[in-house]
Amino acid sequence: MSVLSLENVTLRYAAKESGAVPVLAAIDLTLARDEFVVVIGRSGSGKTSLLNLAAGFVAPTSGHIAINGTPVSGPGSDRAVVFQDDALYPWLTALENVAFPLRLRGVPRQSRLERARELLFSVGLPEAADRPVWELSGGMRQRVGIARALASDPKFLLMDEPLGALDALTRSRMQGFILDIWQANGVGALLITHSVEEALLLATRVVVLAPGPGRIINEITTAFGRDHLAGTPLSEIRKSHAFHRLHDELTALIHAEDEGIAA
Amino acid sequence: MSLSLESSASALPEPRGVASREKIDRPRAPVPLVWISLATIAALLFLWSLAASYGLVSPLFLPSPLAVFHALQGLLITGFVDATLTQHALASLLRIFGGLTVAIALGVPAGLAIGTSRLGKGILDPIVEFLRPLPPLAYLPLVIIWLGIGEASKIAVIALAMLPPIILSTATGVRSASADHINAARAFGASRQQVLRHVILPSALPSILTGTRIALGAGWSTLVAAELVAATRGLGFMIQSAAQFLVTDVVIAGIIVIAAVAFVFEMTARLLERWLVPWSTRR
Repeated sequence: MSVLSLENVTLRYAAKESGAVPVLAAIDLTLARDEFVVVIGRSGSGKTSLLNLAAGFVAPTSGHIAINGTPVSGPGSDRAVVFQDDALYPWLTALENVAFPLRLRGVPRQSRLERARELLFSVGLPEAADRPVWELSGGMRQRVGIARALASDPKFLLMDEPLGALDALTRSRMQGFILDIWQANGVGALLITHSVEEALLLATRVVVLAPGPGRIINEITTAFGRDHLAGTPLSEIRKSHAFHRLHDELTALIHAEDEGIAA
Repeated sequence: MSLSLESSASALPEPRGVASREKIDRPRAPVPLVWISLATIAALLFLWSLAASYGLVSPLFLPSPLAVFHALQGLLITGFVDATLTQHALASLLRIFGGLTVAIALGVPAGLAIGTSRLGKGILDPIVEFLRPLPPLAYLPLVIIWLGIGEASKIAVIALAMLPPIILSTATGVRSASADHINAARAFGASRQQVLRHVILPSALPSILTGTRIALGAGWSTLVAAELVAATRGLGFMIQSAAQFLVTDVVIAGIIVIAAVAFVFEMTARLLERWLVPWSTRR
């Protein structure tokens, strides 16, 4: 079982006048391959920086990032990233976008397109294969983005507010979809969001970040996502008493931090 | 809290929505732009022929549209100064395309170097900034001293005039490549070379095409100057020699031909853009 771990990681950005600006302080976080960790926090709590560290886009100022104890430096195809702004290549069709990671590896055209077609099928978009991605709706684009991430056959799927730009209806449909994908592919998922509801629905573990500098103030284990995969509809989970209680608790936690800063 | 965030997210306009709104608006537009433009051209032609037929201006300065039309016909069949219009135009086109080929072959790699590496920017920036503000006529004599009065010097001058817009637009295009696009490729294990080829170059393509259009404009103005010196063929040369003999109708015919060719170039460039980089024209 592969584990992605961040050990005592800090991040500072060098600023011109005030010296180094601390972004994240002493982060300890592990992500196993059967886990769905959702990181939640207000803007400025360093959520995206945390994902960029895990992806290897930025290097930590101190601390260690490792997979199974082996230190990682820089991005790698064991960790695939899904971006808020989908980051699909507009000069490629949906199919070619999904095949892109395989193209980088030198997989022959015929077999990489075949694999991409399977993946598009698995995300429910077989008919979109030959369409330019800028013609697709936001939800469809995000599904193509997820299919592309899966094409590199990653151990971990890192998602930076993947549903942030979608309308509420598409968003709730995509939450079920992401859960299905997570279960079907056996990847460890790390998802950034600022929606409490989304965090509770998807996560096996919710990690709460507080700003100034970003640090983990709480971790909550939840099972709503697993309930959904076991057959309970998301709409029913949203209505349940347990869901509401945790929702209030988590919201209060984030708000308490707000008031602490105001005082 | 989550509720307010979701509602603000759903209020974001979708690009598709904007496109469809345009489609609804279009049929309501009263007079198509093309008609207004065509009417303007017709009115100008009318005023021109009026001025000529009432003798308001001497034909030496402004021959009638009909005279210019006949001059065009004559140019096509018998030609002027030992070559037909087609041969003159062909000579000019070869120089333009020669210059463009050289300018793209040098300019795109140079722009990539400026946009992607500090060293490249450090080396090439002063050279481009030196060349850019110089009028081609200023260095034309020097290029002739170096390369002689043949085709080489003409193509070189045109290429030099085209280089700065191509280099600068390529560099701008490289810088416009989105960080997410580059990061996505890096996450899939792309090497520096692969990022350059598969992400940065296609990202820069719309800007490179725009630069090429600007370069073609610069190329035409330089062409006429380059054909002033020791040319025996070419549209610029044709106009120049017609002017020396005060054959004004040929001068005007030549100007119209250059305008027409430049117009066809522009339209071709736009078609090429729509075909090669549809995503940048749609959004």
